[in-house]
Amino acid sequence: MQALWLSMKLASCVTAILLAVGMPVAYWLAYSTWRGKFLLESVVALPLVLPPTVLGFYALIAMGPRGPLGKLWIALFGHGLAFTFGGLILASVLYSFPFSVQPLTASFEGIDRRLLDASAVLGAGGVRTFLRVILPLSLPGVVTAAVLSFAHTLGEFGVVLMVGGNLAGVTRTVSIDIYDHVQSLEYGEANRMALVLLAISFAVLSVVYAVNRRVWTPWAAK
Amino acid sequence: MLTAQIRKERRSSGASSFVLDVSIQVSPGITILFGVSGAGKSTLLDCIAGLVRPDKGQITVGDEVLFDSGRGIYLPAQKRRIAYVFQTLALFPHLSAEENIAYGLSDLPEQETRERVSAILKAFRVDKLRKQKPGELSGGEKQRVALARSLVTEPHALLLDEPLTGLDAELKSSIVDDLRAWNAAKGIPVLYVTHSREEVDALGERMIALDNGRVVSAGAPMDVLNAPRRKKLAQAAGFENLLSATVLDLRETDGVMRVRLQESACEIEVPIGYAAVGSRVHVAIRAGDILLATEQPHGLSARNVLEGRLVSLEQRGTIVIARVDCGLTFVVHVTPGAVRALELASGRPVWLVLKTHSCHLVD
Repeated sequence: MQALWLSMKLASCVTAILLAVGMPVAYWLAYSTWRGKFLLESVVALPLVLPPTVLGFYALIAMGPRGPLGKLWIALFGHGLAFTFGGLILASVLYSFPFSVQPLTASFEGIDRRLLDASAVLGAGGVRTFLRVILPLSLPGVVTAAVLSFAHTLGEFGVVLMVGGNLAGVTRTVSIDIYDHVQSLEYGEANRMALVLLAISFAVLSVVYAVNRRVWTPWAAK
Repeated sequence: MLTAQIRKERRSSGASSFVLDVSIQVSPGITILFGVSGAGKSTLLDCIAGLVRPDKGQITVGDEVLFDSGRGIYLPAQKRRIAYVFQTLALFPHLSAEENIAYGLSDLPEQETRERVSAILKAFRVDKLRKQKPGELSGGEKQRVALARSLVTEPHALLLDEPLTGLDAELKSSIVDDLRAWNAAKGIPVLYVTHSREEVDALGERMIALDNGRVVSAGAPMDVLNAPRRKKLAQAAGFENLLSATVLDLRETDGVMRVRLQESACEIEVPIGYAAVGSRVHVAIRAGDILLATEQPHGLSARNVLEGRLVSLEQRGTIVIARVDCGLTFVVHVTPGAVRALELASGRPVWLVLKTHSCHLVD
């Protein structure tokens, strides 16, 4: 149960960070007219195609005592980043980045441009237009981004193992815990955790599809 | 007074590029911006509103300079105080009518916002719909809310991009009346884009005709439309008959010239233009300006009487569109009553009567 709690805590932190960081990136991807923006799009999508071990490997190197991030962290907080909860959050944010940015970008792009023009001619600047028009109209995209980030972080294994290792209460998440139980032939225990993860994943995906199927529609269609 | 001298080049995906190059002045009251689609009307409005940056030029409203490429001035849309009602209206779908209207008033104290919103809801007769979302409003109601939303901010100019398309004539004129009443007190320049003749007639004070990115004519609507100098404009302005013709002779003392229409044997007399004998010109005639007779008419002042045969009749609303073959086909508008009284039917021999001054020369 300690592992489940840890996973939940990790997924919540990662989701919050991903929404905060993902929105400006998605905004830029949706509305920038720069021709080279495909480059950033490719970078954002990288974690989808890279094996978690590759991402985890580089994250570990960067966070290690001789890596740039590790050095910075030691200078700031007096201890290393690898094999800590903080390191786990950072690696998970990188790993789940496309799951937040892509749905946000798609829903920002789906908004009628004339609504943004209307907001501007009515005197609203970028921030106000974002908060009062873009954000409310992309609510399904925001929910999808949040839920997918949460679920993806909850289910990750490779990156966590590479960066976090297996420290009870610090970096041992549900997926690692299940692996441990299977390794020690505790199939009953493994099954219990696996079922919980299965149930949570199903619930979470149901939310995404319900929102996208407009089972919840907070405003009338045009 | 709103003035704009703008040059803006728009590259499309193909090799062709479109250049908007205009200089216009819009005084207080309604000025119609007229032209076929693709003439550059929306680009011009977008430039004035600050949604598209012109390559060079100058835009001013009153004493305020909104854009001046020479001095490097470019005010963003949100600082211009120019209201703009889009063709799609662009009401915020997640906000009620009232919230839509209050959107542009965020800087005002709450009390004043409420008062202004209430006043304009009444002026545009939508106060009963204040809590409704745009999805629950009819076409005309949406248009009223969109107008109210633009005007409540007390803008310095108003741009309307075909805001009343798809409404029946009665509803249109009632909305236009409300707009006029509102602007009677404010007296701001209003630039109203349309390509409907009906709206031109209903609104017309002044008019600017745009074609292929240039101003081709400006002045009172009747003058602009009755002397179309461009072929496309003539078609857009409802000249159903647009015929090419060869100049046969010039009678300068009478102020007329004779032309032969297309390849037919039809010869008609038209007002004299800058054309040499033998050159080709275009003649535009409104279907409603042609008289139709079932017997050869005598003793008329009209100089042009053409014999032909009725090819088809097609009723559209309260007018009947008759096609008459005189060696080339003319489109003539008659009333259903006339069809009955003259017992018009296809195949019947008829005579067309054209006044000289109903025949307009176009480029």
